[in-house]
Amino acid sequence: MRYLPLTDADRSAMLEKIGAPDVDALFVDVPEEARLDGPIHGLPMHASEMAVEKHMRRLSKKNLAASDAAFFLGAGAYKHHVPASVDHIIQRGEFLTAYTPYQPEIAQGTLQMLFEFQSQVAHLYGCAVANASMYDGSTACWEAVAMASRVARGKKRKVVLSGALHPHYAEVVKTMAKFTDDEIAHAKPAMQAEPDNAGLMARIDDDTSCVVVQYPDILGRVTDLQPIADAAHEKGALLIVVNTEPVALGAIKSPGEMGADIVVGEGQSIGVGLQFGGPYLGLFAVRDPKHVRMMPGRLCGETQDAEGKRGYVLTLSTREQHIRREKATSNICTNSGLCALAFSVHMTLLGEKGLRQLAAENHRLARIAADKLAQVPGVSVLNDSFFNEFTIRLGQDARTVVRRLAKDNVLAGVSLGRLFPSHEDLSDGLIVAVTEATTEEDIDTLVSALKEALA
Amino acid sequence: MSTPNQSGWKPGSPVQDHNAMTGPDTVTGNRALMLEEPLIFEIGTTETTGVDLPEATSGSNRLGGLERSDAIGLPGLSEPETVRHYTRLSRQNYAIDLGLFPLGSCTMKHNPRLNEKVARMPGFADVHPLQPVDTVRGALEVINELAFWLIDLTGMHGVAMSPKAGAHGELCGILCIRAALEARGDARKVILVPESAHGTNPATAAFAGYEIEDIPANSDGRVDLDALKSRLGPDVAGVMITNPSTLGLFERDLKAISDAVHEAGGFVYCDGANFNAIVGKVRPGDLGVDAMHINLHKTFSTPHGGGGPGSGPVVLSEALSPFAPLPYTARTKDGVVHLVEEEDADAFSEEHFGGRMEHFGRMTAFHGQMGMFTRALAYILSHGADGLRQVAEDAVLNANYILRSLEDLLDAPFGHSGPCMHEALFSDKGFAEDISTLDLAKALIDEGYHPMTMYFPLVVHGAMLVEPTETESKAALDQFITALRSVAKRARAGDESLKTAPHYAPRRRLDETLAARKPVLAWEEPSPPGGTPTMSEQGGR
Repeated sequence: MRYLPLTDADRSAMLEKIGAPDVDALFVDVPEEARLDGPIHGLPMHASEMAVEKHMRRLSKKNLAASDAAFFLGAGAYKHHVPASVDHIIQRGEFLTAYTPYQPEIAQGTLQMLFEFQSQVAHLYGCAVANASMYDGSTACWEAVAMASRVARGKKRKVVLSGALHPHYAEVVKTMAKFTDDEIAHAKPAMQAEPDNAGLMARIDDDTSCVVVQYPDILGRVTDLQPIADAAHEKGALLIVVNTEPVALGAIKSPGEMGADIVVGEGQSIGVGLQFGGPYLGLFAVRDPKHVRMMPGRLCGETQDAEGKRGYVLTLSTREQHIRREKATSNICTNSGLCALAFSVHMTLLGEKGLRQLAAENHRLARIAADKLAQVPGVSVLNDSFFNEFTIRLGQDARTVVRRLAKDNVLAGVSLGRLFPSHEDLSDGLIVAVTEATTEEDIDTLVSALKEALA
Repeated sequence: MSTPNQSGWKPGSPVQDHNAMTGPDTVTGNRALMLEEPLIFEIGTTETTGVDLPEATSGSNRLGGLERSDAIGLPGLSEPETVRHYTRLSRQNYAIDLGLFPLGSCTMKHNPRLNEKVARMPGFADVHPLQPVDTVRGALEVINELAFWLIDLTGMHGVAMSPKAGAHGELCGILCIRAALEARGDARKVILVPESAHGTNPATAAFAGYEIEDIPANSDGRVDLDALKSRLGPDVAGVMITNPSTLGLFERDLKAISDAVHEAGGFVYCDGANFNAIVGKVRPGDLGVDAMHINLHKTFSTPHGGGGPGSGPVVLSEALSPFAPLPYTARTKDGVVHLVEEEDADAFSEEHFGGRMEHFGRMTAFHGQMGMFTRALAYILSHGADGLRQVAEDAVLNANYILRSLEDLLDAPFGHSGPCMHEALFSDKGFAEDISTLDLAKALIDEGYHPMTMYFPLVVHGAMLVEPTETESKAALDQFITALRSVAKRARAGDESLKTAPHYAPRRRLDETLAARKPVLAWEEPSPPGGTPTMSEQGGR
């Protein structure tokens, strides 16, 4: 077996040193009746690199890759161009095959990168401090809700969720709340040009620990967060803002600037790629440094070594499970280190100038798509405001239309029926995302495919 | 013919010249190939970009009047500068690719590069999680095929694939237990966890709303069966047991433990972090386990990536399988693999499972760590049933070889209780009074190794947990043993130079207390006298 270096001669010599007659003698503590007497039945034996590659390629080919289609899916995962150097750097063995930097003297590469990453995220979000990443946006969202409960010292039990929060994120929060006894106030999204902020703010009361709002929201709408922040703060609640498209923040105000207390999001757009939903990259930041010690997840901080040289270490770990056990701020152990590296490299390549250009190009193409789709008979565009995705209504079940168009390699968008299956009245909605990777030809393909399908 | 290398020195031989590393000062702070690298904020500017994009044109927009006008403060570098920055940083890291990485309980084994290639195939890397299912059947087959292997290797009934990492999998398993108890109207309050457990175990159970109580250990480090039995009762929801344990021992009585817990109406959660020691040799399902997470990044070698991403599927017993979270995949009789989400969960359960599926909710957006699934599946297919069994045998053989090659110099507190599994545990007993485990670990860095896990498990004083894994050759083990023996001798002798180690790493010992006392967690512009220049005015390189 090509990955196992020991030879039979090695094994014999080692057993002799150990003083065991055979390898089974090392498994003596396993009860006899539980020991398997040979390779597990029903599974194939080892295979060559070539054979495995062939098998996996056959499975890969059963999928329609985004790049082989006219592609308009978003709703929490976006297709962006990732520069080739990003993938090259994350495949360097020193990054790829290292672990959590428990020994900082020989992990400065990962640690400095994480410090830079934290700084980039904090700047992007308009916050003071970001952590070294979480699993993904949806779990970061739940961790933010749990943190708000800690800030309220468990005295406030109500969590107000915007109806226009990604339904998977809302489901994660609701699932966890079942086990922590938080009360969730949630409504379905209002199918209007503007989100129902008045309705949202009316649900905030003295028992509310936090309000969770997505920006831009699941339907693509961009709304001023300041009034919501003011309403939350008036009742002593925190405003948690969820962002699933970090590229947007190269064009629109940061959540921190508008009073968000905790900003979380999905970082996949920058550097990570689609990957059928994972691994992705949870971003987590707080606006006010006083909340740092309540944060979940790893934090990297600056310090110096015995010779006075600047260096970096994981810090404030007294919040974490390996020290605090059942009193930890979270049970989280790993972060999403390699995805954080991909994000950081891509963001460094972009820089502020590139990010603004990238955002502008996304918005330009999205405007073209919205204008052209608005001309298709039977289609209406819901949004007044949007960044790179918006919602259209088709006057019929969008799921059916999406499946039909997929047969012609047009991946038209994400149907609201798939995301909100229990709300029949949303089923004619389709979320359409447009990025710099979308061509005007793709947009024309979608327009004519929809014309045909709706005729 | 005489060799130019008159001394006969070659790599692997000792270097005795103390002055080899001292020389003149350098104006750059570099030491030849040891290159210092500033922060991107110190070398980049907001006007630099390494990506060619169209110039942004001003004009109308539909951004709701919320255009970003503040300076964001994100530095950019050109592509050559970017590649150099990160390449220089990478060289300050230790990694498996550079040498043995004996971090106990972390299973730092070789990461086959085929798996990297496979994960990047366009049909896996370039598909969106919400594409119509007919366009992603191959991806669903990967999930289902991996699920089949995980179920078969563990002898369990079902598997929840979506958890994002080990601790997330633990949470999934505990929530399944809670959902199953609630479904039978049996609210229980307590989870029992041994003191030797990973910190994630009690943290997870607390997160899920349980009170934590310790399970006592007996003198050979294993769970005390009688003490456990006497604690079981109608308030105990379950136990969390790591097997093999964090002491590197197989829990001989696990089946009896499971029987007792089941008898008392509770469930058994097994922390599968150490599954590498028994994969292909023992099936946890045969020992009465109800739920166990599998760290794909350990046993099935998906890269650790400097701390994630991980992946933590949870295998489940027949009693817990119905409560697995959404989404899940299922192959129906016609051979088609389905993706079951909120949209059709109830109808699917009705049609194919007689309505028995009662998912407890959703733990994450989308379907789990697909990029890890493809890698893990390639790893499993490469090894096959025979290779995986060999993995466990070689991992255990390597660990015992280390245990028996060092126990005369390093105290092995459980060395008397028989062979270890995949990791060897030592304590600091016998060190000179002022020398600690930390000192030994830092000295190991100077010898070119990543240290073992230190001070864990908590039940052993000055613990050192060494997990070599099966991907080390005998020659590599022998060199590591030589290094560790040398350092252990110095620790026993009270060699003062250990206390200032490491001497040859990119950094000397770092001040962690300082970092925590005055946390600096993000870059801030230094404030120069008179005015506040922007990053670009400060001017790049």
